[in-house]
Amino acid sequence: MIEFHEVTKRYPNGHEALRDVSLRIESGAMAFLTGHSGAGKSTLLRLTTLLERCTRGQVLVGGHNLNRLSRRRIPYFRRNIGVVFQNHRLLLDRTVFDNVALPLVIAGHSHAEVGRRVRAALDKVGLLAKARAFPVTLSGGEQQRVGIARAVVHRPRILLADEPTGNLDPELSREIMRLFESFNQVGVTVLIATHDVSLIAEMDYDILTLKDGSFVHDVGNAH
Amino acid sequence: MVSVPKPAKMALSAGGVRRLRAWFIRHLQTFFYTLGLLARAPLATFLTAAVIGVALALPAGLYVVLDNVREATRGWDASSQVSVFLKLDLDDRQARAMADRLEKWPDVEAVRIITRAQALQEFRALSGFAEVMEAFSDDNPLPAVLVVEPRIGVTDTASVEQLVERLGALPEVDVAQLDLAWLKRLFAILRIVERGVLVLTALLAAGVLLVVGNTMRLGIENRRQEIEIAKLFGATDAFIRRPFLYSGLLYGAMGGLVAWLLVWIGFLLLGEPVERLTLLYSGEYRLQGLGLRASMVVLGGGALLGLLGSWLSVGRHLAAIEPT
Repeated sequence: MIEFHEVTKRYPNGHEALRDVSLRIESGAMAFLTGHSGAGKSTLLRLTTLLERCTRGQVLVGGHNLNRLSRRRIPYFRRNIGVVFQNHRLLLDRTVFDNVALPLVIAGHSHAEVGRRVRAALDKVGLLAKARAFPVTLSGGEQQRVGIARAVVHRPRILLADEPTGNLDPELSREIMRLFESFNQVGVTVLIATHDVSLIAEMDYDILTLKDGSFVHDVGNAH
Repeated sequence: MVSVPKPAKMALSAGGVRRLRAWFIRHLQTFFYTLGLLARAPLATFLTAAVIGVALALPAGLYVVLDNVREATRGWDASSQVSVFLKLDLDDRQARAMADRLEKWPDVEAVRIITRAQALQEFRALSGFAEVMEAFSDDNPLPAVLVVEPRIGVTDTASVEQLVERLGALPEVDVAQLDLAWLKRLFAILRIVERGVLVLTALLAAGVLLVVGNTMRLGIENRRQEIEIAKLFGATDAFIRRPFLYSGLLYGAMGGLVAWLLVWIGFLLLGEPVERLTLLYSGEYRLQGLGLRASMVVLGGGALLGLLGSWLSVGRHLAAIEPT
């Protein structure tokens, strides 16, 4: 589902964030991406969502060669991906419902469809009762769950998360990870960048470790 | 054998209709969403609309003034009269005889006589120099005047001027004068003012574009996070642009409405004094406000300027925002 072939990302200031990185994550797999801060985890995710393009090499996502994807088609490509952020990045002036509805509104779903799917997603993360609340009134864990509901509400084939448990205590972090597992179990390909090594050691998934822009083992593989 | 109609074409058109319907609904949703956004910040919305409204009211108001002046002076050049000042030594009887003679001219419609005594009386009443004029009570300095109205149809300037020349050449006549020069000047001035209003309109329209553009720039800056998130979840540029374009359109339309109201208020304030003025001229003129067509132009022009302003600004500023 996600393939990197000898990908290098060099920034204009000369810094090489990724160096000849190859990886392969099968459809329906779940994997963790770890490494110290600055190792290139975020860059790898940014290349996957086409926030940036690689300097060299090839990135394939869902069969699309991202090098060949025109700027005009990027929005449609991104609708296949759900993204969860460390600081959740919810819109504070909108209700939980409206935040979660955003990807569906963007995709142009009907009003009824939006309502049904948003309620289903909020139910899944256990926050249906808070649909009318504003994000600031929620706890950190709840805010992150709203962020996850938003990331899956449009049923993406790929779910990416960048330090989703960065600001949460271990118990809440475990809860969030279980949520990701449940989405993986229904067929969503999940890639989670985290430096919480102790947490992912408890779980039985592939771990890809980046160090200074390269994988510690030559190639990252996740099944 | 059972014939099976080909569904392909129908399905296609049905799909097209569905897509058109979805498009329409999305626009409607965006429209009301934008309306809600503007309504949530009524003061800011009103201030922006007011700035646009004042800018639009100025040319609209001037247009109304011009339109009225044009309307009030219409036909003035057609009703030209020739004032024939007779020599001072002609008495009223001779003047009357001359009037009779002139009335028989083929290109003269009517002749009105202002005797020397009438002229003096009129001058006393209108000039306000009644006391001074008392000094002349024995010795009237004013000549008799024949007011000659050219025949209907002889309204072209050349033949009227020819008539004036012939009247002036008569031995009994001191001066024959066609008072059209000031009218010509007035119309020339009106044309300059018209041009000025046009220039002013263009300048103020540019001002409206800048005001709307700047409002959009601030709006985009305020909603930067929202735009980034929307782009991350696959929003197209068109999707992000749409609410801004609608808010520009709404600002412009509201500005047009404000302008219309301002002109209307000005019209109410001016109506009464203008009526008094026309009474003094014993005229029947009634002040005219913005007509239906001009009203549509003000409202529609405002909306169009708002849309254009936001379109220019949004295109430039949205491209600068990429999610991080």
